[in-house]
Amino acid sequence: MNPGIDLQQRFIETLTDFGLSDGISKLIWMPVPMLLMIFGATVGVLVSVWLERKISAAAQQRIGPEFIGPLGILAPVADGMKLVFKEDVVPANSDPWLFTLGPALVVIPVFLSYLIVPFGENLLVSNVGLGIFLWIAFSSIVPIGLLMSGYSSNNKYALLGGLRAAAQSISYEIPLALAVLAIVMMSNSLSTVEIVEKQAGYGILGWNVWRQPFGFILFWISALAECERIPFDLPEAEEELVAGYQTEYSGMKFALFYLGSYVNLVLSALLVAVLYFGGWELPIPIETLADLLHIPQDNAILQVVDASLGITMTLLKAYFFLFLAILLRWTVPRVRIDQLLDLGWKFLLPVGLANLLITAGLKLTLPFAFGG
Amino acid sequence: MFVLSGYEYLLGFLLICSLVPVLALTASKVLRPSSRGPERRTTYESGMEPVGGAWIQFNIRYYMFALVFVIFDVETVFLYPWAVAFHRLGVLAFIEALIFIAILVIGLVYAWRKGALEWS
Repeated sequence: MNPGIDLQQRFIETLTDFGLSDGISKLIWMPVPMLLMIFGATVGVLVSVWLERKISAAAQQRIGPEFIGPLGILAPVADGMKLVFKEDVVPANSDPWLFTLGPALVVIPVFLSYLIVPFGENLLVSNVGLGIFLWIAFSSIVPIGLLMSGYSSNNKYALLGGLRAAAQSISYEIPLALAVLAIVMMSNSLSTVEIVEKQAGYGILGWNVWRQPFGFILFWISALAECERIPFDLPEAEEELVAGYQTEYSGMKFALFYLGSYVNLVLSALLVAVLYFGGWELPIPIETLADLLHIPQDNAILQVVDASLGITMTLLKAYFFLFLAILLRWTVPRVRIDQLLDLGWKFLLPVGLANLLITAGLKLTLPFAFGG
Repeated sequence: MFVLSGYEYLLGFLLICSLVPVLALTASKVLRPSSRGPERRTTYESGMEPVGGAWIQFNIRYYMFALVFVIFDVETVFLYPWAVAFHRLGVLAFIEALIFIAILVIGLVYAWRKGALEWS
């Protein structure tokens, strides 16, 4: 097994060569992957906003953004700049503190979840033992922010939208957690790196999706609902609720909601790739390729190629699911609130429990195929 | 074995992530024009004069869902350690989890039959 490159080790070694102590070198290194990850997530959002507009336009036989930059690629940047310069209108009857805290509480946990998104063996912010469970925990903070902003606006649309958003989030969190549980059981670990490594070795055949087809569908539906994407975008159903909990928001606070929702979407797509589609693994194992070309495993160039291929593969897989989510937006109509809750509680929850128990049973009977 | 390695990154990342909204709102505060006139700050109600506030007592239909959610969320929290250690526990743990889940499924069926999962 190729250990992959360890940037942290190299960086700290270089700094200690300059005469700095080990602790200080580690402290200097610490913010580097974090800032890179936040920057990467923001760029990922800009790209997905652009993709969303371009693909939506293509689905409706329009051209979409085309003037700002080549193919309109700078249109999301211009949108963001515009929102920075917009006036911040706080309703006179609102609670100004909660009104400001709401969007912050929505954005922070979503960004924080990028802690555990791996792009390679050592290419993540931190390989904490709690891993995927941290994401489940952080994603349950978001409904608090939504409720907070809905309630503090003192606006009927916002209040109803906030309540709906909270109900939807909590209803789909359980199927999501159950789908992740089945994966955790197969991997014997919560760590995202180990979950990907358990899928390695057999190329495309080793990916979890073949062993967890129902779990994958469960996860995908629940993730779409958690991200409030069509067909589950009831909290902001414009015909009924204007813009839901965002109704009173303008300027930068609105931009934070917008950013948060897209960061969450990209995060969900990345986690689909990590949990079910082998993360950074190629469809053909890279060790096999290296053996075919007679390149030794510890070749420096192979390791760099491996790392960059890993990042590319993760992003390719994630953006494929993003593409699916955008196409779904123009394919299916929005569900009603009773249909939404019925789907979550009366279908996905029993299916999730059954899937978990079947996985446990299969693990007992066929331990070699389900992670021992 | 309980090792807390890597969690200093969690704290650092929490700090940096908290700076995102703070920096964004500060930057916009410096750059944006200030609010003009009291009319702009009235509550939006599709262009009409707002009738009453939203901070009133009303029936939250999601209440029962929230209650059922708490039960099942705690269930999943209990199941996580079981799932991680399952490869070492064997058949007995499977039967135990089966009983645990069966009790909760009975609870779900009860809530379903009582109409707690109905939207009306």
